[in-house]
Amino acid sequence: MSKTTYKIPIGPIHPSLAEPMTFNFEITGERIERVDLVPGDNHRGIEFMGRNRNIIQIIYLAERICGICSASHPYAFCRAVENAAGIEVPPRAEYIRVIIAELERIQSHILWAGIAAEELGFNSVLYLSWKVREEVLDLLELLTGNRINYGMFMIGGVRRDITEEHLPRIRKTLDYYKETYQTLENVFLKDPSIAIRTKNVGILTYEQALHLASVGPTARASGIKKDIRQDQPYSAYADMDIKAITPDFFTGEVKGDVFDRIIVRILEVAQSVEIIEYCLDNLPEGDIVSEPKLAKLLAVLKKAKGEGVGRHEAPRGEAIHYIKLNESENPEVWRARAPTYNNLMSWIPMLQGQEIADIPIVTASIDPCIGCMDRVTLVESKTNQQQVLTREDLIKLSIAKTRRMMK
Amino acid sequence: MEFLNPKNLLSFLKENLKDNILDSHIATGKAGIKEEEFYNIWLEVKKEKFRDTVKLLMSLHYPHIAIIVGNDTGESIDLTYLFTLFYGEKFKEISLNLKVSLEREKPSIDSITDLLPGAQTTEREIKEMFGVEFIGLPEMRNIFLPEDFPKDVFPLRKEQKGLDELVQQES
Repeated sequence: MSKTTYKIPIGPIHPSLAEPMTFNFEITGERIERVDLVPGDNHRGIEFMGRNRNIIQIIYLAERICGICSASHPYAFCRAVENAAGIEVPPRAEYIRVIIAELERIQSHILWAGIAAEELGFNSVLYLSWKVREEVLDLLELLTGNRINYGMFMIGGVRRDITEEHLPRIRKTLDYYKETYQTLENVFLKDPSIAIRTKNVGILTYEQALHLASVGPTARASGIKKDIRQDQPYSAYADMDIKAITPDFFTGEVKGDVFDRIIVRILEVAQSVEIIEYCLDNLPEGDIVSEPKLAKLLAVLKKAKGEGVGRHEAPRGEAIHYIKLNESENPEVWRARAPTYNNLMSWIPMLQGQEIADIPIVTASIDPCIGCMDRVTLVESKTNQQQVLTREDLIKLSIAKTRRMMK
Repeated sequence: MEFLNPKNLLSFLKENLKDNILDSHIATGKAGIKEEEFYNIWLEVKKEKFRDTVKLLMSLHYPHIAIIVGNDTGESIDLTYLFTLFYGEKFKEISLNLKVSLEREKPSIDSITDLLPGAQTTEREIKEMFGVEFIGLPEMRNIFLPEDFPKDVFPLRKEQKGLDELVQQES
């Protein structure tokens, strides 16, 4: 028996981004026997920081919980505050929110697909998918002023309108993704070399996903039809008929392996394009925010009392925020939870029984924002020898396995 | 599984828990142009009956636990468990926010990780951040705080003013 330790980064309030994370593995030969997760190396105490800020300042703090799903947290936070203080959002703002959220889903899923390809050793696919992703980032920059951290959300609406001039540019992007979609499908879902590395790898069964309270594509790939946009729709989602995407749409069966997680995400790119098209076709006229004067809005919030929960289906799963207002400048309680927090435990059944070379793709498969995976320490317990594997070594192992299997 | 509407769900719980329910109300939200309704049930139960309440929910549908919210009011530690039930179809899902109040001096509550294993991460976090003892929690190590963090300091309690003060105290 030997042991492994490696550090992986996941996000802010633990969940998704740029947070170091330690995995302790017990392995026999190449097989993983046991996994132990030690997160928390980058806990920033964002909820604590929120105690000294007013509600509007917290929107920007929430936005910085995650750099990739930077629309998801402000979305969920604004909904929580609106819920607690009884603020209504104009319909046009609801549609613009959904457009931004879905554009974000497109860029996040394509970013993930690129990373997954890199973990398997297909660097050209990484560069090509990120090139495809640029189109939507350019559009987001045009609409919001930023490629990430869009600063679009405000309590009671959004901060920028989508004007007539923007519409042709948005449609051009949607057309681009409709054209490119077939290529994405061919590369990720029909290519045999991706299939051999991901089929029957990192399996999470329906029961495991249910019991471990998995969320987002991780849960859906195991066959759980759970998607807030379907179950408890909000904003413009309520006007549409959205179905939670499970892998059986594509293959006719649910296995819960890494390949199924790729299917869900690729199909969701197409779903997002449809949702945005619906929003553009049905974009209502009217105001974009219920109270444009921030001082007035703050005065209302200072007098508000009550608690509220806001949820949003982020690219990685459900983002949920809880807020308790108590007639004061600062909230009494603010609690934020990002999807990787719930998916953390799903790693354990996924990784048990896998080979070391599969670690990168299995851990990446829940989309935890693996920016700065640090290193892995392997301990040979018979001799007590320590061997440190860097991220590069691990990826080399993974690439070597792909090459071996392709022969 | 039978989908219940929020009124029926609440009356089912009231029938079974009777006066163990301290407070309950249904908050209705509106979504979309058609202003269709969605529901949050806010429920507060006695600490002794908390596990039974979760078991009751499990008899209806396997509940999804999102997170536990901790609140140090100065007099008590209030925990709010955010559950969702009946997911899978449009507008059928109900959010159930289950609150339970613990005494501040020595807060403790039964763990529900044997019923819902997915609650482990959030129970461990509340344990280290608020000093709540979860009876029966299988994994007692810190999850987000370092292992050498002082055992009697709970960072999200109201008396904590942040890292600077903590460092000064230690040195």
